Amino acid sequence: MTSSSTRRVRVVEVEPVADRIKRFRFVDVSGEKLPTFSGGSHVVVTMRAPDGHLWRNPYSLMGSPADASSYQISVCRADDSRGGSDYMHDNVRVGSELDVTNPINLFSIARKARKHLLIAGGIGITPFMSMMHELAAANANFELHYKVRSQTRGAFCNDLVRQYGSRVHTYRSDAGHALPLGTLLRDQPVGTHLYVCGPQAMIDWALESGRAAGWPHENLHSEHFSAPRPGSPFTVKLARSECEIQVGPQQSILEALEQNGIDPPSLCRGGACGQCETRVLARTGALQHNDHYLTEEEKLGGEKIMICVSRTAGNCLTLDL
Amino acid sequence: MLVSDIKSRPIYPGLEPDLYALSNLIVCDRAGAEAVSDMMRRADARFAERSAILICAEDFDQWKAIDEAIQGFKPAVATTFPSLNDTILELDALLGGAKMGVCVYAAGSEPLIGSVVQTAMRHHIDHRSVRTEHRGSLKRRVQCVHCKALTENVTTNPVKCSGCGLMLLVRDHYSRRFAAFQGVCIDAEVPGEIPEQKAEFL
Repeated sequence: MTSSSTRRVRVVEVEPVADRIKRFRFVDVSGEKLPTFSGGSHVVVTMRAPDGHLWRNPYSLMGSPADASSYQISVCRADDSRGGSDYMHDNVRVGSELDVTNPINLFSIARKARKHLLIAGGIGITPFMSMMHELAAANANFELHYKVRSQTRGAFCNDLVRQYGSRVHTYRSDAGHALPLGTLLRDQPVGTHLYVCGPQAMIDWALESGRAAGWPHENLHSEHFSAPRPGSPFTVKLARSECEIQVGPQQSILEALEQNGIDPPSLCRGGACGQCETRVLARTGALQHNDHYLTEEEKLGGEKIMICVSRTAGNCLTLDL
Repeated sequence: MLVSDIKSRPIYPGLEPDLYALSNLIVCDRAGAEAVSDMMRRADARFAERSAILICAEDFDQWKAIDEAIQGFKPAVATTFPSLNDTILELDALLGGAKMGVCVYAAGSEPLIGSVVQTAMRHHIDHRSVRTEHRGSLKRRVQCVHCKALTENVTTNPVKCSGCGLMLLVRDHYSRRFAAFQGVCIDAEVPGEIPEQKAEFL
């Protein structure tokens, strides 16, 4: 990411929508229109604490893609927050200013599909909010299947049912509802696409069930915004910049570099897009690849690393940066 | 493998059985039938039971004689059709009521593969989901960029357009929507200056 691709926005509305979930609406500080976006897009929000701590988290845009006057995101306070979602909940209020990137879409609608099957879990509902605006406007055939822990954790359930009627199916874990994925997968017309966003276990379950039901890879889409997996601290040496930076146990390499004012290319911050692929020049210990981008051969090869999610088990890593 | 520096030129990776597919729709001609047999040998024992095979027999001496090797695998259905057109009509009918879980395969000449991919796309199947293998003749279907007529079974370059009669340079530039290579007038600059016809696509 480069600083030129971000813009300053001001929060104009904060609404608690469910237990631990807040919706934020913001506008460009200059009053200009924001760029239009496509359903499924996200922005990366930069948060700066008074002590200089910096977080950058991706959040899906939830509003209508046709509305360029403001953007909306929803933030779930993470049970094991590394600080970002706590900061959004505790420090960001109407009038606060934030930096956001232009919209990025790594979870776009397959526009040639006959039908769209949307599978959401918890806060994973957010990318589908803008998608459904777009699908409904195009009169496309879609169904939402939305799993929530409880009524109080289920953001937007009532709004969604009001807006999209029988196309919305909700399931509550506390009431023992199960999402009937097997039945759904067996009974779709050819040309149906499945999209899943939610906890990692739900994504894995949906993708594996889809393949097991004979769905081709091309029809299975997923997006996950999980925090980079923690590990032991280590030193990263930047060969070209000739400097050394400490990576903390809860921090990704990318975050440690950004904290120190270094801005390597990155996009999704979830190990999916490939933008932050970096050459490894030397290392101690094994690489811990947590991405979905490199092939198995590349991971075993140990010459490349996705610095947004992956790390090393050793104490030192030298990168071509 | 057929290669070109024109990006639209299709690449056919070779048939691999999708062992997860609940049913298989396989389309081939006589040369392609060998690729289908090779795939069947690599698949599990029940793969044939889940498979319907549509055989385009326009290049068969006796079109009802189904390739013996294919019959030996005992597929759920194996039907021969006298022309590519009839074969594609049947594929279209089968895809009309199809559910997710079906996998489409095409093996043989490029016009056959192209027509199968085109038909699958009409049923909203991603072109990358159709598993393909080229076997046999290099013949091409060519669309004239001037009059839009399709010329079938082209084996020479240049070729005379079946519609407007222009001599066309057959390019590697391919249209998935039309399932055809593009042909452009070869003597536009100097009318009558037509290079010797060569049998490039036998």
